[in-house]
Amino acid sequence: MNDLRDLYQEVVIDHGRKPRNFRALEPHSHEAKGFNPLCGDQIALYLQIENDVIQDIGFTGSGCAISMAAASLMTESLKGKTISEAEKLFDAYHGMLTNQENLPDTERLGKLAVLSGVREYPTRVKCATLAGHTLKAALSNSEKPVTTE
Amino acid sequence: MSAVTSQTLQPPLDVARIRADFPILHQEIYGKPLVYLDNGATTQKPQSVIDAVSHYYAADNSNVHRGVHALSERATADYEGARAKVRDFIHAASEREIVFTRGTTEAINLVAHSYLGPRLQAGDEILISHMEHHSNIVPWQLLCERSGAELKVVPISDAGEIVYEEFERLLSPERTKLVAVGHVSNALGTINPIEQIIRAAHAHDIPVLIDGAQAVAHLPVDVQALGADFYAFSGHKLFGPTGIGVLYAREALLDVMPPYQGGGDMIRTVSFSGSTWNELPYKFEAGTPNIAGAVGLGAAIDYVNSLDLALVQAYEHDLLDYATQQVSAIGDIRLVGTAQRKAGILSFVMENAHPHDIGTIVDHEGVAIRAGHHCAMPVMERFGVPATARASLACYNTRDDIDALVRALQRVHELFG
Repeated sequence: MNDLRDLYQEVVIDHGRKPRNFRALEPHSHEAKGFNPLCGDQIALYLQIENDVIQDIGFTGSGCAISMAAASLMTESLKGKTISEAEKLFDAYHGMLTNQENLPDTERLGKLAVLSGVREYPTRVKCATLAGHTLKAALSNSEKPVTTE
Repeated sequence: MSAVTSQTLQPPLDVARIRADFPILHQEIYGKPLVYLDNGATTQKPQSVIDAVSHYYAADNSNVHRGVHALSERATADYEGARAKVRDFIHAASEREIVFTRGTTEAINLVAHSYLGPRLQAGDEILISHMEHHSNIVPWQLLCERSGAELKVVPISDAGEIVYEEFERLLSPERTKLVAVGHVSNALGTINPIEQIIRAAHAHDIPVLIDGAQAVAHLPVDVQALGADFYAFSGHKLFGPTGIGVLYAREALLDVMPPYQGGGDMIRTVSFSGSTWNELPYKFEAGTPNIAGAVGLGAAIDYVNSLDLALVQAYEHDLLDYATQQVSAIGDIRLVGTAQRKAGILSFVMENAHPHDIGTIVDHEGVAIRAGHHCAMPVMERFGVPATARASLACYNTRDDIDALVRALQRVHELFG
């Protein structure tokens, strides 16, 4: 039996309740919108990228604790990273949530590792990956809103 | 429960016996007894339904309406026997008026395709309510896109009731070609005044479709007394299998409707110069039907008949009152859908926890509820919420189940409080 506290760790609840970098960033060089039609979670992500480095990042939106905490923790982790570092982080994060065998690479994931409990809840993985998918879309400057469906 | 039943001098509903009939209820989830409160999504199946489907495949399986051998005759008798049970159950005039479909959604699409589609023109209107399930919105939107007709939506009040004066105002003797409304709202629990709606529409010879998906397991339905022109429902929300549903339609309407799909069973003759259609209701049942599903639905109807739906309705009403009181007392909870007349659905939101988080946490306590938009996004938008948590009752639920839900919601409070 998995413990609910593995999913809802204090950090997750705290970031879900008080998301960091929760603002529409102006000016910004990249942006994208993400939507989970199943539960109505939605976020808009804004990045200011200069010389390949994420100088600043912000997001707005609404959703469950998992989706908000994931977006908040992700924005904290991305500040100061290069685009290729950001993409690697996304891959490691996505791997942590979808790969049952491997232990999370906590060194690479940093604070995002607190969301590893989500992988025990397949229906909630989409909540935790919404921000990541939106990040991918923003980096490729996709005009089309991404959905988790 | 005892108060209600003693007033009416009826024997009480024997819920312990009912629970014993549903094998799935007797299991643990995360080490806690399962409390199933997602009956609006689908109901569980009694042993008699499981046995009927199993027996059909073990003993009678064959194709219907075509074999000359004994098994085919038995399968046909099983399938048509189920149709007769449906007719009795909803008090239709004839078995010719009972069309088997995959479910409520297909039944509504059938009406959109074969009844309204051919006669709808630019400038016409279809009238629905703001609380409809997507299945009673989208088929009409598709028709409107094709024809240039307009979808009109009757607003609902803050309590989640149809604003009847607005319905009367929007009902146009000239332009409204169909009224389509739910009997019971899946997202709010509201029981709509469909008798009144049908009478008002019929005063202008406007036909009415009733989406009965959330009604048939919870209150008695008499399509003739109602005067419904079309009544659609699903087997799986009535303790029967998935993949089987019913379109009831008045024979005079079915007679003039072209087929929905082409294929086997729906034809009388086929030649390359043209084909002719089978009689009712087979004209609308193309392809080998879901025979086992119909058999299971027949068994489900037998089961419901053994309970007495009037008793079930009184019991669930009492249980809903109890649930409403107990859940409201938690604080931090806002009920969505507080109509005067409600069936067993409790939709709510919490100040500090998103419905999805509520759903996961109460699941850990063994309590199954639904979290989401309930395929009724316009309802969510009307109440200014992205989603709700929804507990939906059936006759096998008890006050203990409600108490377990309340304890689970208190756990949500502890975590998110």
